[in-house]
Amino acid sequence: MFNAILEYQFLQYAFVIIILSSIVCGIMSNLIIEKKMLMISGGLAHTAYGGIGLAYFFSFNPTLGALGFTLCCALFIAILNRKSTIPNDIFIALFWALGMALGIIFIGLIPGYTPNIESYLFGNILFVSWEDLILMAVLTVIIGLSLVLFYKDWQLFLFDEDFARLQGLAVNFYHYFLYLLVTLSIILLIRVAGIILVLALLSAPAASASLCSKSFTGRLLLSILFSFIFSFCGLWLSYHLNVSSGASIVVFAFCIYSLLLLRKKLMG
Amino acid sequence: MNALSIQDLCVNYANHHALEHINLTVSEGDFLGILGPNGGGKSTFIKAIIGSIPYTGKIEIFGKENNFSTLGYMPQSLDLNKRFPINVLEVCLGAYLHKSWNILHKYTQNMKDEAMEYLSMLGIEHLAYRGITELSGGEFQKMLLARTLLTKPKLLLLDEPTANIDPQSSQLIFELLAKLNSKMTIIMVTHDLTAIASCVKSIACLSQTLIYHGEPKLNAEIMTEMYGCPIDLIAHGHPHRVLPHHSHD
Repeated sequence: MFNAILEYQFLQYAFVIIILSSIVCGIMSNLIIEKKMLMISGGLAHTAYGGIGLAYFFSFNPTLGALGFTLCCALFIAILNRKSTIPNDIFIALFWALGMALGIIFIGLIPGYTPNIESYLFGNILFVSWEDLILMAVLTVIIGLSLVLFYKDWQLFLFDEDFARLQGLAVNFYHYFLYLLVTLSIILLIRVAGIILVLALLSAPAASASLCSKSFTGRLLLSILFSFIFSFCGLWLSYHLNVSSGASIVVFAFCIYSLLLLRKKLMG
Repeated sequence: MNALSIQDLCVNYANHHALEHINLTVSEGDFLGILGPNGGGKSTFIKAIIGSIPYTGKIEIFGKENNFSTLGYMPQSLDLNKRFPINVLEVCLGAYLHKSWNILHKYTQNMKDEAMEYLSMLGIEHLAYRGITELSGGEFQKMLLARTLLTKPKLLLLDEPTANIDPQSSQLIFELLAKLNSKMTIIMVTHDLTAIASCVKSIACLSQTLIYHGEPKLNAEIMTEMYGCPIDLIAHGHPHRVLPHHSHD
């Protein structure tokens, strides 16, 4: 595969997107797990399907459709999370189902041939375009800089939001900013692992790192490393077995996490 | 001057009235103990003061609404993520977040020394570099108290500060709080009647509504109204709650 990377441009793009997405997944998976936003992330990923269906129906860029639609839903959930006393799970479940339902309806309404949306559902890292690379690079810079510059603010926000607010931290800004980052990450990672599998990329790296490190910095760095290993080895497997790259990445991540968990149990 | 002035405070969770029409003033320098049954709204009351839940009514802290910079708040440890990868010293240094001006919030040696001093005051300086996942319930409470005290508040709000703490350490904390009361007003939610007897200057009994506010002299009538069943008080140096034989009609 290494010779092929040097030879084929699509594999070079795939390799670069693996590096960038590893940084995004490594950081975001920690923020998502510590803020207990896994179900929200899953809900938003599936909501994106509604935007893709909408975009296909009205003939514009599906990624743009997914981004606009998911951002609106994320903003709605973020506001309800702050203002409503009704459990957040209810809204997440409703948006999850609504997004999928709208996607199915809009794609069903398209006259003639139904577009192939499999790459959005299961991802295909080999279809990554130059525009996808640029967008992922911009997101990586935004996430990386915000974490490095405001590391202690994030740490306090994640650990004890009430205390952080009393200390003068703009917790509402961090709350909405986190929803924005989660949404952007999901939309861009859909190209790598797809709507159905993206949740694995946003949970497995931090979950694996939590079994190996006790410090927040250690977990962030290890998560980035794990994310790179999962994606690269998954891609390598998919190349040799000729199967879906997104599915290979997720299965490989699950196997490594299971082994780490077993190692921890055996070592006490 | 009043440290806290509350007018017609109501808090609703979905269809449940957690607090109804609370009117209460706390003078500067007071040490108020808040008692009440589980689900009586004690923690909700504290959360309304710090502005973390929606409410109706008016809450003024030292004469101003939303005057949060004067508050120190110690939450119940159950409200926090105890699996978060952070050590005791890092938690305590969070108290300096607003004082470290540089964008990376690098803490100075003075800040670290002061944090160690407060940890030492509570007898847990040896745990400074230990991860919070490895702390016992009592050690966790002491760490939260050290962090809250480091903010040097004018009004200190404590939500069950001695839950999970052994009697000897509880006594140490009550003595420390009594000493600190000369510098700050304290409001403490507790189930601990020993604390009520030993250090508070006034008490408020909450069970959705404010049942009693005044001197810390509990009698069976107040306790019965607060807990919703007959209660006798027997004192052996400190008062204890006793449930006599009763039906649940």
